[in-house]
This record gives sequence, C-alpha cells and structure tokens, in this order.
Amino acid sequence: MTIKRIDKRKADEMRPMKAEVGVIPSADGSAVFQAGNTRAIVSVFGPHDLHPKFLQNPERGILRCHYNMMPFSGHGDRVRPGGSRRSKEISMLIEKSLISVLDLENFPNAVVDVFVELTETDAGTRCAGICAASMALADAGLKMKDLVSAMSMGYLDGEILVDINSDEDCDRGATDVPIAFIPSEDKLSLLQLDGDVSKEILLKLLEIGKQKCLEIDQVQRKALKNKFKERLK
Amino acid sequence: MNNSLKQHLIKSLQKNIRYDGRKIDEFRDIKIETGVSHGAEGSARVKIGETEVLAGVKMAIEKPYPDTPEKGNLMVNAELLALSSPEFEPGPPGAKAIEIARVVDRGIRESKAIDFEKLCIEKGEKVWSVMIDVCTINDAGNLLDAAALAAITAIKNTKFPAVKDDVVDYKNKTAKGLPLSRWPITVTVYKIGDCFIVDPLSEEEDAYDARLIAAIADDNNVCAMQKGGVEPLSIEEIGKMLDIIQKIAPKLRKKL
Amino acid sequence: MVDKMLIKDKEIVVPGDKIASGMGFLPGRGTFRKNSDILAEKLGILNVDGNVMKIVSLSGVYLPKVNDRVIAKVIDVLMSGWRFDLNSAYSAVLSMKEATSEFIQKGADLTKYFQINDIVVCKITNVTSQKLIDVTMSGPGLRKLRGGRLIKVNTNKVPRIIGKEGSMVSMIKNATGCNIIVGQNGLVWIDGEPDKEVITVKAVKMVESEAHTAGLTDKVAAFLEKETGVKTAKVNKK
Repeated sequence: MTIKRIDKRKADEMRPMKAEVGVIPSADGSAVFQAGNTRAIVSVFGPHDLHPKFLQNPERGILRCHYNMMPFSGHGDRVRPGGSRRSKEISMLIEKSLISVLDLENFPNAVVDVFVELTETDAGTRCAGICAASMALADAGLKMKDLVSAMSMGYLDGEILVDINSDEDCDRGATDVPIAFIPSEDKLSLLQLDGDVSKEILLKLLEIGKQKCLEIDQVQRKALKNKFKERLK
Repeated sequence: MNNSLKQHLIKSLQKNIRYDGRKIDEFRDIKIETGVSHGAEGSARVKIGETEVLAGVKMAIEKPYPDTPEKGNLMVNAELLALSSPEFEPGPPGAKAIEIARVVDRGIRESKAIDFEKLCIEKGEKVWSVMIDVCTINDAGNLLDAAALAAITAIKNTKFPAVKDDVVDYKNKTAKGLPLSRWPITVTVYKIGDCFIVDPLSEEEDAYDARLIAAIADDNNVCAMQKGGVEPLSIEEIGKMLDIIQKIAPKLRKKL
Repeated sequence: MVDKMLIKDKEIVVPGDKIASGMGFLPGRGTFRKNSDILAEKLGILNVDGNVMKIVSLSGVYLPKVNDRVIAKVIDVLMSGWRFDLNSAYSAVLSMKEATSEFIQKGADLTKYFQINDIVVCKITNVTSQKLIDVTMSGPGLRKLRGGRLIKVNTNKVPRIIGKEGSMVSMIKNATGCNIIVGQNGLVWIDGEPDKEVITVKAVKMVESEAHTAGLTDKVAAFLEKETGVKTAKVNKK
C-alpha cells in the first residue's frame, strides 16, 4: 500500500530543504530554513538588557520567542497582522523546545530575543521555525549543548508520512505530530498531536521522526559551517 | 547621535563623500526578485545595499466602500518587524510604520497606478480588494524607498486568483494581472546640515534635519509628497530636493 | 577504548559536534564532556592544545571583562556619576572620583563633565557576578571622544583588528593617517579625512570578515597600498 502525495514524494521522503545562516546583518544571529514551500526566517538579538524589570531573572538570562506569519504567507485569506492565540502558543512551544539546550547562566537579568517570521507557508511552520531558530542561536555565539531539529510527522490512510504538507495536514486530515529532537540527548523537546492514532503506531512514528530529524541536523550543521567556511578560505 | 559626531558627518558630506564611499546623490545596489512567496497573489523582495524588504499582495472579494461603489479597494500596511533591527519592538505598527504604509498607499492611489474601476465585479456589492503588506527583513537605512519599490513590484507581479461560485479559490491563480497604467516611484531626499542626500544609511537617518518624500509618475509629475523631520524647508530647498528626486526616479524605474 | 580525534584542529565546529572521544582528552573553553566524548558547545574554530580541546568563538555579543578598554556612550547622568552603554547586555557606572582628577563639589552639575550621548574611551575596573560594572576614566588614552565616526565590528574579531602588539591597527593608521581607537566591546572610532576614513572602514571590515585567514596582513597591506598609494603601508614586525 502506497499513499499518493500531492508532490509525488515517498511516504518517508522529506521535502527539499534549504538552510542559510547569517542572512540578517543587523541581527546578532540569523538563519533561514526552508522545507518545500514553508520558509522561516529567524533573527536573534542578545543577550541584551530586559525591560520591564519584573521580567528579569537574576539567576540567568531568559529566552523569548516570537512567532509570526507574514500577512501574505498563508495559502488562503490574508493573515491579519498582530498576535493571535495560535501564534502565542506556538511562540511558547518554540521557546520550550529550545531552552533546554541553551546555557544562559552567564547572562543574569538579560534576555535573548528570537524572532521567527514565516514568509511563506505550507504546513510545518513551527518546525521550520525551530530549525532556523536553533541555527540562528548558534550563529549568535550562544552556549548550546546541541542543535535542535524539528519536523511534522503524519499518519494518513494507514500510513506513516514524514514532513507533511498542508494538502495532507489540512485538506486530507492527516494526524499531525510535530516533533523537535535533540540528537546528543536522544530526546524530544517538542511534541504535539492532532488526530487519531494508536499508541503502537505513534511510538513507531516517533522513531521514524527521530531518524529524519538527524537528516535535518546535518543540513543545519552544514549551513552553519558554510557561513564561516566561505570567509576562511 | 551627538552633535560632534553629526558635525563630522556633515563635513564628509560637504566633500561629497558618504560614510560608505558613495556620492551624496548615489543609491546603493538594488536587487529585485519577484514571486518570493507562493501563497501570495503577487510578491517581491527588494534589497538596497544591506536593506531588505518583502512585499506581498493578497486579493479578496469584498463590498466596496459606500462612497466608491464602482471601485475596487486598496489597502497598504507596513510592518517594521522586530526581526529586522534591534531598534524595532514587536507589537502593533507605530507611527513610523504607519507613515511608510500611508505614503506608499498615496503614491499608488494618487498616481492611479491601478485602474480601480476595472476591479468592480458588481456595483455596490462586490469588488476586488488589493491588500499590500510590506514586511522589513533587514534595516540598514532607507526602508521607505525600499518599501515603495517592493510594493509596486509586487503589484506588477500580481495575478488574479481563480473564482468558483463567487468564492476565491486561492490555490489556483489565473494568468490575468492587475489593470495597471502608471508606475509611481518613491524617492526620499534627506537634508543633513546643508547637504542633500538620497538612500541614507542608518546613521544618516539618525542625523537628518528634514526630508522630502515624493512619488513620481512616469511623466515626472509628483503624485504624493510628504515633508518630514524637525526642520522646516524653504521653497527653494524643496525645488532643489525635487530636482534630485526627478533625476533619481527614472533610474529606479528602470529596475522594475 | 582508544582515544580518537573526530574533528581536525582549526576546523569549524558547531554546538553538539563530537570533537573527540576518549578519557585521554580534556574539555577546555567552549567544549564539554558527555560520557567519554568531548562535544562543542559553541560555534567556533577548534583549537587543539595538547590533549585539551578549546573553541575560539567566531560570534557573540560583548561580555564585559575587567581591564578591557571599551568605547562607551553616556546614557544617563546619575546623582553621583554617569551611566554608560557598553554595546553589551549590561551598562556600566562611572563614579565622580573615577571621572576626573578635579574635585567635584557635592551637588555640582555633572553634565559639565559628561553629557548624555557623549562618546568616551574608558576602562572596566570591576564586574560583579550579577554584572554590575564599574569603569574609570583615569589611565593613559582614556578620554572623551570628539568628532570622528563609530563603526560596529564583531567583538570576537577585535584582537585580530588590533593585531600583535597593535601591528594591524598601526598599519592602517600609517597608511590612512586616520586616528583609530578599537574598543574591546566591538566599537571602533575613526577620525581623519573623509576619503581616508572610507578606506579605513573597508580595511577594518576586511580584517573582521577574514580574521582567520592566512596571509591576512599582506592582503590588508596590499589593499591599503592600492587605495592610498602609500608604499610603506606595512609595519615591520619586531
């Protein structure tokens, strides 16, 4: 049994990925991550001073993520600018998926701001955001235990699909399981599920997802090295 | 910027040398790409030096405004994204972003770049709305001219989406472009001390005393204008600034 | 288990990269041990020092250190001193007694000495664990800067811009005739003739972007010679 994917991919085939680091000169760190037609651009500022003061943590720096879809980035109506409940939640999830690899102990009372902007979308936006953010944080020279890779797994018509697009996620109603993976820890730092799936299949799907995240990890590492290799010649 | 740094900048400008080596009436390299966001009906990326903006156009079928029942709607919005500069904060657009949006809007509207009557589907009931959003990616000065250029390029790149039973089918675009006639080009001239410059760097923007934004149509007529900055301008100065704008605009128009 | 290097010396490493495996290796700056492996925790260039693995950072904002000479901006005038922005997450305080050798009367107008937006070269004298920072204006070369222009550079490249015993910056100064002050915090102040300042900025940016390439000094010397026509651009190394 093989499912037909609108972009003719195999069930375990990811969309073409593109990654580039250092794309926003004004930022302290920046990166783009693209999977198919989903493209996230991220800038990192800081650690810098944090106001208002009550937000400060005297023990370590804090991480703040801001996820936003550009108004023209959706595949339907214009997305109204300004935060929504969805973007608030996703911002928090991105924060939580990254915070465990970051060491901000040397930056009491300060903040690292991560701005995630989607210039075009075709599902998997939070995952593309996490991939780009993780590269941008490394580009900003922050202390990190590892990079974080993320991707949305799916389950549709009895088949496990990797890196689902909006045709599968929104139009055909696949079970959607976005995950983020930390390779050196062998652990997941983002896990959500929308759909209907048995525990057995879910665990199998997560194992596959983990392996696929390692492929993303390689793309991220290569992009980070490329930025500096070009100048090192 | 403190006064001694500003005086130093003026001394350099007086010798016709910008901080990046350009002449005072010289633009940085301009790069334009179109079709950069597949979900939009039209889109463009404009880079002027290190400054980068994206513009996207979404189309929708809406009710016309009561005072223009036979005309389509235009909306321009600009977002100075916190992603693009340490100076920008997340949140609703501030005065600076709104000014950019409104200046771009007036340039397009007043030059009659779009034939709005052709956007009418059913008088008083249904018209096409053209919604342009400009988002900044990197601020290295002159977001204003970059935003205007991106907006006009995105309009030019726009194709109507398909319509099925009066509902827009965003997944399918038609081959039909927007009914366009004229091309407004927006150029801003900045006055720093007694010098006039175009395409400012961020530090030049920090130091300017006055500026004049003008949208120029194909025939070199002025379609929209806005004076900015704290210092007032004499008519003679305005004439000089318009000379510079009219000299630069055709060069930018060639990039379209 | 056999000790094994997994990444070569001077290669670029990324957080999480496995650099070496085996208990014979020790983690140095920018690396950490996980089980028997040494992993990178920063983006940078690997520097193998005997059996110690270190990383030289390539990016990151400035973190204030004692004895650093920095270029700062006055952002506030306090009851008994001034607050300076250090192009860092943390601001510093200059107290009256560190500001000048003059005696300042209690309640005197402190803006006579430093006003908001003034640019100064100062030295960091103390950094607490909570990053409260003191600076001083007393010491050779520490002063208020008048005129000139400021550029920002990657703070990790500052040592290269200065060069061995100041050789790189001296070479640029000699060729362009510009006065140049390089702050450890990634701000560079340049004052000279407009056309020469442009050359200076280009030379500094060249050092910044190619900081880790071989033969950089010769390359910069060639660039300066071409731009300025001054043949004796290269400063003889001791």
